[in-house]
Amino acid sequence: MSTTTPTPPAAEQHDPTASAVSLEARDGTQTGLKAIFGGGEAASLRVLIVLALIWIVFTIANDRFLTAGNLTNLTLQVAATGTISVGVVLVLLLGEIDLSVGAVSGVSGAVVGVLSVQHGWNGWLAIVAALLVGAAIGLLQGSIVTWLGIPSFVITLAGLLTWQGVQLKVLGEQGTINITDPTITNLANTFLAEWLSWVVAVAAIVMLVGGTLAGRRRRAAAELELEPAIRAIVRLASIAIAILVAVYVVNQDRGVPVSLCILIGLVIIIDAVVTRTRYGRHVLAAGGNEEATRRAGIPTRRVKTIVFVLASTLAAAGGVLAASRLLAVNQSSGTGDVLLLAIAGPVIAGVSLFGGRGSVWAALLGALVIGSISNGMDLLAFESSVKFIVTGAVLAGAVILDALARKRRLSQGRS
Amino acid sequence: MATQTQTGAPVASAGAGPLLRLRGVTKRFGAVQALADVDLDVHAGEVVALVGDNGAGKSTLIKAISGVSPADEGTIEWSGHNVKIGAPGDATHLGIAVVYQDLALCDNLDVVANLHLGRETRRGLFMDEIAMEREARSLLDSLAVRTLRSVRAEVGMLSGGQRQTVAIARAMTGDPKMVILDEPTAALGVAQTEQVLALVARLKERGLGVILISHNLADVFQVADRIEVLRLGRNGGSYAARADQRQAVVAAITGVAEDHPAVAQASPPAPAAPTTDPGTSA
Repeated sequence: MSTTTPTPPAAEQHDPTASAVSLEARDGTQTGLKAIFGGGEAASLRVLIVLALIWIVFTIANDRFLTAGNLTNLTLQVAATGTISVGVVLVLLLGEIDLSVGAVSGVSGAVVGVLSVQHGWNGWLAIVAALLVGAAIGLLQGSIVTWLGIPSFVITLAGLLTWQGVQLKVLGEQGTINITDPTITNLANTFLAEWLSWVVAVAAIVMLVGGTLAGRRRRAAAELELEPAIRAIVRLASIAIAILVAVYVVNQDRGVPVSLCILIGLVIIIDAVVTRTRYGRHVLAAGGNEEATRRAGIPTRRVKTIVFVLASTLAAAGGVLAASRLLAVNQSSGTGDVLLLAIAGPVIAGVSLFGGRGSVWAALLGALVIGSISNGMDLLAFESSVKFIVTGAVLAGAVILDALARKRRLSQGRS
Repeated sequence: MATQTQTGAPVASAGAGPLLRLRGVTKRFGAVQALADVDLDVHAGEVVALVGDNGAGKSTLIKAISGVSPADEGTIEWSGHNVKIGAPGDATHLGIAVVYQDLALCDNLDVVANLHLGRETRRGLFMDEIAMEREARSLLDSLAVRTLRSVRAEVGMLSGGQRQTVAIARAMTGDPKMVILDEPTAALGVAQTEQVLALVARLKERGLGVILISHNLADVFQVADRIEVLRLGRNGGSYAARADQRQAVVAAITGVAEDHPAVAQASPPAPAAPTTDPGTSA
């Protein structure tokens, strides 16, 4: 800051204390659960309550729902869609949409299948190739959206059709490829050894607690406000208990699926990118006010293009997981409700369609909500007509909640 | 119209020339002459109010200074050196910060994030939230901002005055030598206007040159040292921000001065505040 202090003119002296009228802050003291979980986590909390309700209803309706075996199945079912949803969250945070993620996951599955089975590629190489195809698709779509200013809705809709065609072309006349390469099939069909799952669980808890303590210590050293200790303790304890219970339950059956570890790992990494890196901050900023972000000297077009690259790459990863779980790719891989559920999940879990608000964890939570509904209704032998209607109603409810929350924000701000 | 009525406004460092000196700035949009031969001086530690009716060229002049839309002709001197401002980056580099009327804040981010947008502090791979929060606090403290209860509040939840405060504070993060404020008090209530004007006064105390664009003459007379009137893209006169100049300023804005030059030149001593305030009428 400049240190020159010129003598202020005598006329019109201001008394800073007199004019700095203290305005009543709008954030009233939070009470109850909200005080414990904080404003930012309120959305996640709401989803957890919804999830608990769904589980209670299905448990009452069918006592097989809440068994270790079925819950393990549930996690296996959500891994692929959840992975696609991680990328969808990024696009939604920008306030954009990517309708091609389902088709991209299909193309990626087809690429893996063709390369590993028909061309005898090494499994890992085939997977890397599929991810690169996804990245290239994202780069193309993202570049068109950002540099030509065409709405992402339209370009990715065109992509949806195009990549579905490419998928059919890649698969060729046969239409179905059975995947045999163990590297690929093991992804979604193996489980952590019991001891390893406990090691991972404890390590995760230790890192979480250690990270929180270290953060508090640094904040205290910097003489900054600390989160109330009780809130931190309750939050950490809930998460730790949830992890331990989940690991215990799935260990009663086949154990912790590797694919679930992949999904959670991706969520943790992308969440760190969004909340803790400069790039993530710029994504949120561009989603909140693109013009302001541009004026702040941030290359918004590059930021946005990279989001589309990440989203398509994650969609490709989801496609690989789906192919692994199915042990095959066919012409319907990535079609049908894959796209719709991958977008519906994060929205149900509180990611705003208007951009700038939401957590990457919504990908996992949303996939669990949708997966639970689907899984529970399968157990009850409901027709797919009912499944679609119920899932649609849940999505509509979630979007309405989002819109109402946005209206409330708008009426609160800017007096 | 180059005659400067240098009045009481004291200049920061005696003997030094103005921080910013514009001479003969001209800008055309096709057949429209938006600015014609405009001169403007701003000294360090001086608040210059730029007033004029709609379409007088205030925004165009600001865009020429900020590099958003460079001037066609004319010279710009910065601290006595001839400079060329061809892009917003040039102005930022010189130390000119602009607070736009639409504030350019991200409602979904908190105060700390908005203050550091585009220049986040890093610690390894991640942002150093603690350093940024401390910096935000000390910046707001140095501007004597007491109206923000939490620097972690989402900007979308703040009042208009608080948002304006954040926007001005953000302009200060680049350590500028001059701040341009575009209608900072438009759409603010009385108490909030007072806060913002107090903030403007503090910018001046810190030795910054301030250009204040405003429709509201009450605000202008309260905080400015000198009033530069633009009319139809030309200099419409330079006035000391004294109450007795008020009628002259109004006359210069509305163009009465051209019809009756005596009104402006003689600056009648009648100190009574005029009943009509052009700030309220469009």
